[in-house]
Amino acid sequence: MRDLAGIAVFALAVAAAAFASDSGVLLNGLMMTLYAALLAQAWNVLGGYGGQFSFGHALFFGTGAYVQVIAQVSGGLNAWVALPIAVAASASVGAAVGALTFRYGLKGSYFALVTLAFAEVFRILAVSVDFTGGGVGMMLPLRESAANLQFGSRRGFVLLALGFVVVALLLTAWLRSSRFGARLQAVRDNEDAARAVGVDPFGIKLGAIVLSGALMGAGGAFYVQVFQYIDPGIAFGPATSVEALVAAIVGGMGTLWGPVLGAAVLHALAEATRNLFGQLPGLNMVVYGVVLVLIVTFLPRGLSGVGRSVRDALGGGRRSAGGGGGGDGEPRDG
Amino acid sequence: MLSFDVLFPSVLNGLTTGAVYALVALGLTLIYGVLHIVNFAHGAALMVALYAVYLLKTGLGIDPYLAAPIVVPGMFALGYALQRGVIGRASHGKDENILLVTLGLSIVLENLALMAFKSDTRTIDTPYTLEVVPIGPAMIALPKLVAFGGALAASAVLLWIVSRTDLGRAIRAVAKEKQGAKLMGIDVEHVYAMSYGIGLACLGAAACVLLPAYYVNPQVGGGFVLVAFTIVVLGGMGSFAGALVGGLLIGVVESLGGLFLGESLGQIGIFAIFIAVLLFRPQGLFGARA
Repeated sequence: MRDLAGIAVFALAVAAAAFASDSGVLLNGLMMTLYAALLAQAWNVLGGYGGQFSFGHALFFGTGAYVQVIAQVSGGLNAWVALPIAVAASASVGAAVGALTFRYGLKGSYFALVTLAFAEVFRILAVSVDFTGGGVGMMLPLRESAANLQFGSRRGFVLLALGFVVVALLLTAWLRSSRFGARLQAVRDNEDAARAVGVDPFGIKLGAIVLSGALMGAGGAFYVQVFQYIDPGIAFGPATSVEALVAAIVGGMGTLWGPVLGAAVLHALAEATRNLFGQLPGLNMVVYGVVLVLIVTFLPRGLSGVGRSVRDALGGGRRSAGGGGGGDGEPRDG
Repeated sequence: MLSFDVLFPSVLNGLTTGAVYALVALGLTLIYGVLHIVNFAHGAALMVALYAVYLLKTGLGIDPYLAAPIVVPGMFALGYALQRGVIGRASHGKDENILLVTLGLSIVLENLALMAFKSDTRTIDTPYTLEVVPIGPAMIALPKLVAFGGALAASAVLLWIVSRTDLGRAIRAVAKEKQGAKLMGIDVEHVYAMSYGIGLACLGAAACVLLPAYYVNPQVGGGFVLVAFTIVVLGGMGSFAGALVGGLLIGVVESLGGLFLGESLGQIGIFAIFIAVLLFRPQGLFGARA
């Protein structure tokens, strides 16, 4: 219940901030942070709670983005109608990839590699087939109206992104308290032991990749509604996959608030470097890479793990002891 | 379309590319075999080596082939330092940490190159860039032929080091049984770093023979890294013979794929093989364990 209260406070605070300010810069920053948090939380469902490290989450992002555009441009559908179709398409791709890879027991590095390869196959297909517009990409015509999911001001998009993030947070909170979530974390921590007590690892992991893919697809659909353009490189290239996993890991994978924290910190960091050093191409990503290496080296639990460690140190470790029961989302640790 | 005159040059071209792929994959498979890590920074390291060759040529006028005595030890030193200073420290003994650290390294290296060189694609001019050699009905570019020979020679040196020298024995001992090797007085951390260094030195050699017929930009490694992973998985993780045969095979598949399906869709063949092997025969063609 504390999770739900936290999510409610978060939603109200962000919405209040969105209405309190008319500054385009602030609203834009808020929107991009929420968008990054959505991608990170999507990765976190499979990577953090399921222990399956995907290096190709752009696969689901790109699927959602393309379906969202194609349904409107070629299918003539309304954007609000296209959205659930895009999400469902990404979830289906998740189901297909999950069924193939988990059926054959691929884990660890192999799983990372095969997701990367699937994303690459989709990128090449998107360049090669006609209905995606090939390498040129696709434009979403400008039809500014809330009925078309194209808001005149950034505030509308902030609220839309906030809605997605709240759904992602609620889903994660559910993972922390539900039977399914407990099983998922059991599979993550020790697959053989989980199987021995009657958990079906295949079905559980499949469920996780479907949920993760659906959230990532919502991120892709959101992207095209905001930027109104998609091409194979943006959709299926490695940058989005990296963005999602770095934010989740930096913040703390397998936690409720880690991905949001990671997205906020990385966005602030990227803005700060941009202001300090100007628009050098690649600088953002250098910062991302360095932060990733430093976090993995010195803070294997991510930023949110620091808070817990400090709290534990101050409070004699009582609070962390109460969070057992397999649901505290402790990152897997030896 | 299926005539010998069309197929033969395509296969030959594929073999010359495949030899370079094999050399890149040998480095990767050595690192995997010993450290049991998937080195995501492999492509980025190749890109660094290509820029080194490029700078030596444009800055000091050193021929790419003659740059090998500088670039190969340089890459070795870089690899040794990275393993000792960054990767080894960050691993905490966990595979997923190493995945993430090498991914982080590749992001840093690629984007530093982007900052330094912009995203322009650069090539070098050598007197022999446009020379061709007739082999049967095929005309093969001279640099490609040199790349083929050079890559095979470097592979032979690598195999000799691993199979015949004391260092090679130590590497194989650590790969098989880390604890046992430690008890026999082998400095495991040193062997790790040596292996990573040698893996990157392979990339230095590959870069020297590659650049005269190729190009360099900050993203160039990305094209190689998935291909190299495909080869390593196809040949069996940690298998040297597998990497060599797999490299040549993938080179031919890519060349024939491009011939039949066109330039962009032709690459699909490689990934199709990759996914199929991962799913159906993850131990690879030459892998020992099921």
